[in-house]
Amino acid sequence: MTGPLLEAKGIEKSYGHVDALRGADFTLMEGEVVSLIGDNGAGKSTLVKILSGVESPDAGQILIDGDPVRFESVEQARVAGIETVHQDLALCADLTPAANFFLGREVLRPGLLGRLGFLDHAAMRTRARQECERLGVRLKSDTVSVSTLSGGQRQGVAVARAVTWARRVVFMDEPTAALGVVQTERVLDLIRSVRDSGVAVVLITHNMQDVKAVSDRIEVLRLGRRVARFSGADVSMEELVGAMTGALEQDPAGSDSNGLDDPDRPGTAEPRASGRDLDAPDTGALESLDEEQNR
Amino acid sequence: MTAPSRSSKSQRTETEDAGPDGVAARAGSPGAGLTRRLGSAQEVWIGLVLVALLVVFSLLEPDSFATSFNLLNLVADAAILLLLAVGMTYVIITSGIDLSVGGLLVFSGVTATKVMEATGATSTGSLLLGVVVAMLTGLVWGVLNGALVAYGRIPPLIVTLGTLGMSLGGALLLTGGVDMRAPGRLNLGLGLDKFVGVPVIVWISVAVTLVLGVILAQCRFGRHTYAIGSNSKAARNSGVLVNKHLVKVYALAGLLAGLAGYLSLAKYGVTGVSAHSTDNLQAIAAVVIGGTSLFGGAGTVTGTVIGVFIPAVLQNGFQILGVKPFWQQVVVGAVLIAAVYLDQWRRKARDN
Ligand SMILES: Nc1ncnc2c1ncn2[C@@H]1O[C@H](COP(=O)(O)OP(=O)(O)OP(=O)(O)O)[C@@H](O)[C@H]1O
Ligand SMILES: [Mg+2]
Repeated sequence: MTGPLLEAKGIEKSYGHVDALRGADFTLMEGEVVSLIGDNGAGKSTLVKILSGVESPDAGQILIDGDPVRFESVEQARVAGIETVHQDLALCADLTPAANFFLGREVLRPGLLGRLGFLDHAAMRTRARQECERLGVRLKSDTVSVSTLSGGQRQGVAVARAVTWARRVVFMDEPTAALGVVQTERVLDLIRSVRDSGVAVVLITHNMQDVKAVSDRIEVLRLGRRVARFSGADVSMEELVGAMTGALEQDPAGSDSNGLDDPDRPGTAEPRASGRDLDAPDTGALESLDEEQNR
Repeated sequence: MTAPSRSSKSQRTETEDAGPDGVAARAGSPGAGLTRRLGSAQEVWIGLVLVALLVVFSLLEPDSFATSFNLLNLVADAAILLLLAVGMTYVIITSGIDLSVGGLLVFSGVTATKVMEATGATSTGSLLLGVVVAMLTGLVWGVLNGALVAYGRIPPLIVTLGTLGMSLGGALLLTGGVDMRAPGRLNLGLGLDKFVGVPVIVWISVAVTLVLGVILAQCRFGRHTYAIGSNSKAARNSGVLVNKHLVKVYALAGLLAGLAGYLSLAKYGVTGVSAHSTDNLQAIAAVVIGGTSLFGGAGTVTGTVIGVFIPAVLQNGFQILGVKPFWQQVVVGAVLIAAVYLDQWRRKARDN
C-alpha cells in the first residue's frame, strides 16, 4: 500500500466570525472505513463539504493520491470519484427516487431524441430500483415523490445513490440518524461491503457503538482540529469520549517522527494514550499525526 | 433526514387520493400509470371546472357562446397570455416569480416597431427583422433578470419588480408616452391570417406551448427545473448547474414575452404602452390556478393552459350573458384563492 488516497492538511474555514475549521487534517487510505467523530459543532460536516466540493476552504491543502487538487464544484469532486451523503440537504422531495438517483447524471434516450435532451425514464427507473433493492431499500412504487417516503427510506435512497456512483470515496454524514436498529445494521453492512469492493468510506455518526462496529480507523475532530486518531478495533469508549471532549489530550505535541510509513511497525509498541493505535489491519501506513497538528 | 417535504408534482400519484377530488382518487386507484397520464389531481379538478363552465355557458347561450366564431375569438384573445403563462410556469416551478413579463412585452413591441419603421415596415424582411428584434429584446431582459436572481442573489420578486418598472418606463421614454402603431402590413397580415380557419397567432402559441410542455415533462431541462424548485441546494450538490439553469429559465420567460410582444403588435396594431401593467398578475393567476405550486418543484404546462382558459371563458361568458364584466375579476380572484387553498390543503394532508 502506498500513500493516502485522500489527505487534507491544515484546512481552515470560517463563516463570518465562526471558525468552523482551524487547521484540520484528515487522512484516508485506500479501501478503509474511517469514522470521523466529534462533538456537535466540531466541524465534521464542514470538513465533509470541503472535501466533496460543496464549499471551498479558506486555507489548507487537499491531496488525492498525493497530488494537490482544488475542488471548485461538486462536479469536480465527483469526477475524482467522490460521492457524499449530506447531513441535511440530501434529496429533492418533489422528484421520484429514480429522478433523485440520476439527478445531474440523467440517462437520455438513444438516438436523436436523446440528443434533444429527452430522458429515458424507463431505464433510470429500472436501474434505480435495482440499486436500491441491492442495498435493501424497498420502495413501494417508483412513481411517487420522495416526499411520500419515510425518513428512513429517504436516507436509504440517498445512501444507495452515493454508494452506486462512488468510485473511490463515499462520505456519509450521519447516514443512520433516521434509521431503526435493523436498517442501521443494514447500512453498516453496506459500509463494509462498499469497503470490500475497494471504495473507501468516511462515516460520521454520534453513535459510538456503530463507530466501533465498523471502523478500521477513527479520527477525532474537536473545535475544528483533528485531535486524535485511533485504530477502530480495540479503542475504548472512554478514550473516544475523552478525545472528543478534550478530557484526554493526546497527540498534540507528539513526537512523531516515528516510522510512520512502516506498515510492519508493531502498533502495540505505541502507548495507548498517544491515541494512535497502529495495528489496524487495513491501515498499513498511518501518517504522522502531529506534524500538521500543531502548526 | 431533513429533506424538506413540501409541494406536489405530477409524478406523485398515491397521495392524491387524499385530496377532496373524487375523480382523481378513482382515476388513481387502478394504477399509478393512469393518473400520471391524466396529470396531477389539480389539473383534473381544475379541468373539470373549465368543462363545467363551458357546458353551463353553452346551455345558457347556445346561439352566441357555443359558436365557432365566439370560441375562436376567445382562444385568440387567450393565445398571447398563454405564452407569458408558459414562461411563468417554468419560473414558478423554480420557486421564482417574474413580475416583469408585461413590461418586457411592451418594451419588445416598441423596439420591434422602431426597427421595422426604420427598415421600411413593408417588406417581409423588415417584418421578420421585427420578430427577431422583439425576441432578442425579451431575451436580453430575461437574461438580466436571471443573472440578478442567480448570481446577484436578489429575490426574484424584487429583481423582476425592478425590471418591470425599468422596461415600462423605458418603453415610455422610447415612445415619448405616445402609443406607436404597428406596421399596417403586420397588423393586416399576421394579425388577421388564418390557417385552417384558426388564426395563425393561435397556431404559433399552441406550437410553442406544446414544445415547452414536452420539454418540461420529458427532457433534462425540465427535470432540472423541478429539481431546483424542489431543493436548490440538493440540486447543486447533485451536479445541476443551478445558476446557469436559472438564467436560462428567466431568459426563456423573457424570450416568450418578446414573442408575445410581437404577436400583440400584430393582433392589436399598437404597442399598448399602458395596457399591460397587469399581464404579470394574469399570468401568475393562470399558472397557480393550473396547479403549479408557488413554493416551486411542482406544476405542469397542461395545468397552465387550463388556468389561462378559466378566466378567459368566464369573461367571455359573462359578457354574453350581460353580467357586468367586473364580476369576472371577482370570480377569478376567488378561484385563485380556492386553487391555492386546495394545494395547501392537499399538501398538509400528505405531509402529516
Ligand atoms: N453555513 C454556515 N454558516 C455559519 N456557520 C456555520 C455554517 N456551517 C457551519 N457553521 C458553524 O461551523 C461550526 C461547525 O459546524 P459543522 O456543521 O461542521 O459541525 P458538525 O461537527 O457537523 O456538528 P454536528 O455533529 O452537530 O452535525 C459550527 O459552529 C457551526 O455553527
Ligand atoms: Mg454535522
